[in-house]
Amino acid sequence: MLKAVILIGGPQKGTRFRPLSLDIPKPLFPVAGRPIIQFHIEACMQVKNLKEILIIGANPAPQMEAFVKEMQTIYDVSIRYLQEFTTLGTAGGMYHFRDQIRAGNPTAFFVLNGDVCADFPLQQLHDFHMSKNKEAEITMMSTEATKLQSIHYGCLVIDGETGAVNHYVEKPSSYVSTFINCGVYITSIEIFSRMAAVFHSRQQNFNNLNGSRDQGHIQWEREIITPMAGTGKLFALPVTNWWSQIKTAGAAIYANRHYLELYRRTHVERLANTGFKMTENDGTLICNIIQNVYIHPSANVHPTATLGPNVSIGPGVTVGKGVRLRESIVLDNAVIEDHSLILHAIVGRNARIGCWSRVEGTPSDPDPNKPFAKMENLPLFDNNGKLNPSITILGSCVTVPSEKILLNSIVLPHKDLNRSFKNEIIL
Amino acid sequence: MSDVKLSSNGTRALILVGGYGTRLRPLTLSRPKPLVEFANKPILMHQIEALVEVGVRQVILAVSYRAEQMESELKKETEKLGVELIFSHETEPLGTAGPLALAKEILSQSSEPFFVLNSDIICDFPFKQLETFHRNHGREGTVVVTKVEEPAKYGVVLYGQTGCIEDFIEKPQEFISNKINAGKLFHLIPTNRIELFSNVGIYIFNTSVLSRIELKPTSIEKEVFPFMARDRELYAFELSGFWMDVGQPKDFLTGALSYRMCLYMTSLRQKNSSLLSSETGIVGNVLVDPTAKIGNDCRIGPNVTIGPNVVIEDGVCIKRSTLLEGAIIKSHAWLDSCIVGWRSTVGQWVRMEGTTVLGEDVIVKDEIYINGGQVLPHKSIASSVPDPQIIM
Repeated sequence: MLKAVILIGGPQKGTRFRPLSLDIPKPLFPVAGRPIIQFHIEACMQVKNLKEILIIGANPAPQMEAFVKEMQTIYDVSIRYLQEFTTLGTAGGMYHFRDQIRAGNPTAFFVLNGDVCADFPLQQLHDFHMSKNKEAEITMMSTEATKLQSIHYGCLVIDGETGAVNHYVEKPSSYVSTFINCGVYITSIEIFSRMAAVFHSRQQNFNNLNGSRDQGHIQWEREIITPMAGTGKLFALPVTNWWSQIKTAGAAIYANRHYLELYRRTHVERLANTGFKMTENDGTLICNIIQNVYIHPSANVHPTATLGPNVSIGPGVTVGKGVRLRESIVLDNAVIEDHSLILHAIVGRNARIGCWSRVEGTPSDPDPNKPFAKMENLPLFDNNGKLNPSITILGSCVTVPSEKILLNSIVLPHKDLNRSFKNEIIL
Repeated sequence: MSDVKLSSNGTRALILVGGYGTRLRPLTLSRPKPLVEFANKPILMHQIEALVEVGVRQVILAVSYRAEQMESELKKETEKLGVELIFSHETEPLGTAGPLALAKEILSQSSEPFFVLNSDIICDFPFKQLETFHRNHGREGTVVVTKVEEPAKYGVVLYGQTGCIEDFIEKPQEFISNKINAGKLFHLIPTNRIELFSNVGIYIFNTSVLSRIELKPTSIEKEVFPFMARDRELYAFELSGFWMDVGQPKDFLTGALSYRMCLYMTSLRQKNSSLLSSETGIVGNVLVDPTAKIGNDCRIGPNVTIGPNVVIEDGVCIKRSTLLEGAIIKSHAWLDSCIVGWRSTVGQWVRMEGTTVLGEDVIVKDEIYINGGQVLPHKSIASSVPDPQIIM
């Protein structure tokens, strides 16, 4: 029997995802019409003999309740949310809930970071792990990055023959390897004894601690993974599957594109039919669609609108006559009035955009001309204190008047704009 | 009978067409400035029509550039109006006075006064009143002047109550105070506000003025008027209506806001109202050529001029703009304060604003944003221009 743990961190995480994370925990932000961690759950459901999914984080349980309930009704496994009383770090949370994880004697369990998105190769990872005949305590998913970008991740030196990780450095200061840690693991139960060792050594040194951190705080990458490198117990499976972190809001648009593309292979029924609506009576098309587009069944999209590529429309959204949407996510109950254009943007819940408006951002996608390039998670401001061009984000309940332009701007919730804005954050 | 009488006795006019019209580029790269359409009519035809209305039967065009194109395009129009068009070719630019000397022979054929005007001017042409005023004071010349807000931009004319001009001032900021300090009083100088009058570029002269001008590059403002003023031979005539210099894109567009344009457009709109789709909203003054096509669900106006054979697709919004002949505006585009050149195409969901000027045959691809772009002819724009820029 197998289990899976999804680590979602806490509310103090995901600040780079603001203002989208202001009214919804980042793990529940919808990408391709589904909360980010529902894709983790769906990936787990593809694994044979997986019986339970535990979501561990520090978000208040009521925030997660509705989601967990909904997941329970959709998927035929046990899904629970375990709330950390305080932020315990990536491994600390698992150690704290070790009895819950060990219950029922799983042979192994997956550990998935909640802030990554991928075409998760979980079964492959499991089969590889098991092929090591108990030699492997942890096997991690690895992918290749560019030399320049690799240092922003955990870097690993892999034995080409066995897949053993001989060396591991979390965010090195200089180049180590282009193979990086994807934050997706399969772990044997023995791992808890390693965590216990770290935990107890903390207790021994209790007096040396400055007290700022709970003794149960254990960092998975630095305190568990790093020491295991070179011991023959840590393995990695390098894959070429699509993978990305979701740190910034810009990454959500990127993730949206890839999850929609994944639907084409796995759930084509979730995508809107592609084509140009020549007549009003063409019932197979909701409107003009350039693949790939997701439209929630309760959304009201005018047949003369043109959507795609890479657009997700949430429940209750209204899209008016002749609206054009490209590379964008529109959240629940937002209204986009006639003739407006939305490019590289996220439109928050209940936001309203007037007629002939232009809401446009600048994509921060990885350089398509560089193999293995990952998304650049640029800071908000550049060295000169200027706002780096990013996707445009409208917080919930924001209104944009007719005929205005909003370019590379971030608007916090509940603002009624009365003019055009370019390259600004509107508090 | 009457034609013969008019051609010998009718007033003459000399229009200073001049050179390259660089200020109205990129439009003038394709068409000489006087042929650029303002309110669906070449700028020069506005002037010629107004002249014909007051009995002018002979118009001399002082040109130094692209005369053939002008000649071929204007001849047909002027023949209809029964006005004789004479081209006076400058082999070198002769300034604002030199062309008078060049046309001396033609202008001397009659002793009647003649009009002179710059080709960039559109106004409520007061030729009749100007002529009456001129004949009444009986002196050599009359300059049409208008109140200006920014004297530094135009230079200033100083004159007394009778209209007799006393001085011309090139840089008002430096000079006005000196003149006031010197105790010399000019027309309308209240204690803290000075009303300034500037030369509009419309004159009427007796033929005797020709003796003051030599055939060489000469500025009428600097090298002729000061002497006429000294001799008390020059009077100022105040223009009451609107005036604008359509030689630059900004005025070209704001010109559409002015008083006469409003009347102009309103009357044309009434004539053409059947052309406008019932689903399309027309806001304020909109001038539409009968051959233009406008789609459904558009909002056009205020102050929009749509030229011949223009095609505007569905769901387009246009304000304060001029679309020249054959322009195509694709669906859901939004335009404010733009000039779209002849046969240019603006793609779907394009946004253009900020005095954007597209030259002839420019293509703006779908979903592009252009703010204050000046685009040279035959360019294809595939990426947005968020800040004012010239696109070569």
